[in-house]
Amino acid sequence: MPTTHASPTAVRLEQVAKTYVVRTRAGRLRRHRTEVHAVDGISFEVGSGEMVGYLGPNGAGKSTTIKMITGILTPTRGRVEVLGLRPVDDRRRLAARIGVVFGQRSQLWWDLPLRDSFDLLHHVYRTDAERHRSNVAGFVDRLELGPFLDTPVRQLSLGQRMRGELTAALLHDPELVVLDEPTIGLDVVSKFAVRDFLTEVNRERGTTVLLTTHDLDDVEQLCERMLIIDHGRVVLDGGVAEFKERHGTERVLVVDTEAVGLSFTPTDAEVVKVEGPRHWIRFDRRRTSAATLIAEVSAQHPIRDIAIEEPDIETLIRDLYRSRPEGG
Amino acid sequence: MLYRRLVAGRIRSDWQYRASFFTFLTAQTLITSLEFVALAILVRLVPTLGGWTPAQVAFLYAVAAFGFGMADLFVSPVERISVWVQTGTFDRLLLRPAPALVQLCAFEFELRRIGKLVPAVLVLGWALPNVGVDWSPTRLLVLVMALVCATLIYASLWVLTSSFSFWAVAAKEATNAVTYGGQFANEYPLHLYRDWIRATLGWGIPLAFVSYVPSQYLLDASNPLGMPSWLVATTPAVALAVMAVAAVVWGVGIRHYQSTGS
Repeated sequence: MPTTHASPTAVRLEQVAKTYVVRTRAGRLRRHRTEVHAVDGISFEVGSGEMVGYLGPNGAGKSTTIKMITGILTPTRGRVEVLGLRPVDDRRRLAARIGVVFGQRSQLWWDLPLRDSFDLLHHVYRTDAERHRSNVAGFVDRLELGPFLDTPVRQLSLGQRMRGELTAALLHDPELVVLDEPTIGLDVVSKFAVRDFLTEVNRERGTTVLLTTHDLDDVEQLCERMLIIDHGRVVLDGGVAEFKERHGTERVLVVDTEAVGLSFTPTDAEVVKVEGPRHWIRFDRRRTSAATLIAEVSAQHPIRDIAIEEPDIETLIRDLYRSRPEGG
Repeated sequence: MLYRRLVAGRIRSDWQYRASFFTFLTAQTLITSLEFVALAILVRLVPTLGGWTPAQVAFLYAVAAFGFGMADLFVSPVERISVWVQTGTFDRLLLRPAPALVQLCAFEFELRRIGKLVPAVLVLGWALPNVGVDWSPTRLLVLVMALVCATLIYASLWVLTSSFSFWAVAAKEATNAVTYGGQFANEYPLHLYRDWIRATLGWGIPLAFVSYVPSQYLLDASNPLGMPSWLVATTPAVALAVMAVAAVVWGVGIRHYQSTGS
């Protein structure tokens, strides 16, 4: 379905900052006033039809940014423009054109079945009745909501609920979807379902997608571009493949041996930790392959179990700082 | 209409817990009725209250209680804002293209609050033929105006005081002090109170316009404060002014909303 966009840029942030004032008690009457710079002057743009991953460790300012983009929070400084609107001033007009999913916070009616929630949303967004019917039918079919459409939301599993949330966020044909940790806590099957669905929505409807996540896999599977934020600043803005190539090359091989007290001497890798029968061996994908390393260690000692740990976002950001001496 | 549909959704949710619904409805009606019983006993003990007959005091009570009951039913759900703000769930209302206040009042709508209107309507029904007033069409019109304005003033006070939850966590206590406290004060003629209470609660907030001013005019009751007869005509303007203040403070509050980390 072709979608028309009012502006070629979906999201634009210019030197945006958000400062919270936190008051803590100091003595009987005095209060200590501290300023917390949740977001400290960030600028970036997201083009129409793009799919961008917004990453960062806990407390980096991801949610704060999302809340300023959606008009929930008023920025302390700077300019935010979304679909040509100012989010706080035009909040309700913007709300009609964007969809939002908060992984940890339901947008659905807790005690009502999905069917009723969708019906209420039809009236909240004043969507065309025919369009609403065909959208509900399409999503129910695509996300297999049929079996639990009449179950109160509070009784749904997290995976089922998340599929309901996605539908709820997309029923009014938004031009931009903002997702805050959409895969958090989901099992692998649900995670894949969510990713496939988002890719499809982006491709077929031309919907711009901005998502925050902890999960580097999400970004790899979904996005071509990612933004990394830390301590309220954008520390990286670029292609996912390129970033992985440059920074995400380290892996850790976790090896459980049959006996305790053994040691490995791999040629192109480094043993970083040993705990009883468990050994953590760090290697660089560019210098050696996992297969070579596994062959090498299994030749040294009998092995009971083996696993490969991907670097998490925290590790990557730490590496990022190490390679950028001027940052941090 | 969106509000009606959201309320219907809420009632459908509540219906799953219908035993508690009926318990609360009964409790609400009984508690509110007790307030009037206390007043009735007092009026029986003393033949007049500050120059007002029992029927006149009942009328004064009924107008205030009606406005309070209506505001309590439709707008007092706004006081739950403190919980929405603390838990950050208020986000969800801001993400939708409908006014947050309407959504909040609809989401927190509780049909059982209708219990508060029962004694108000019964007492008003009894007082009307017993206050010794010829209910001409003009007087009835003033009565309707008074009931509407009483509702609007209480509703605005609820919104206004609840707005402080955007700044302070414990604002709910302040809300209750003004609304419930105000209603309690409004059950007795204003001239019974000390000067400073009259000045603050009566004219400052301004609770006098909820029932005292229109009741005194309609019933031609004793007027020890020497209020001019045109004062009653300013009631709609006063109600609109309180509404305007509430709307502005609510708007500023929303911009001040800090959400919570997640």
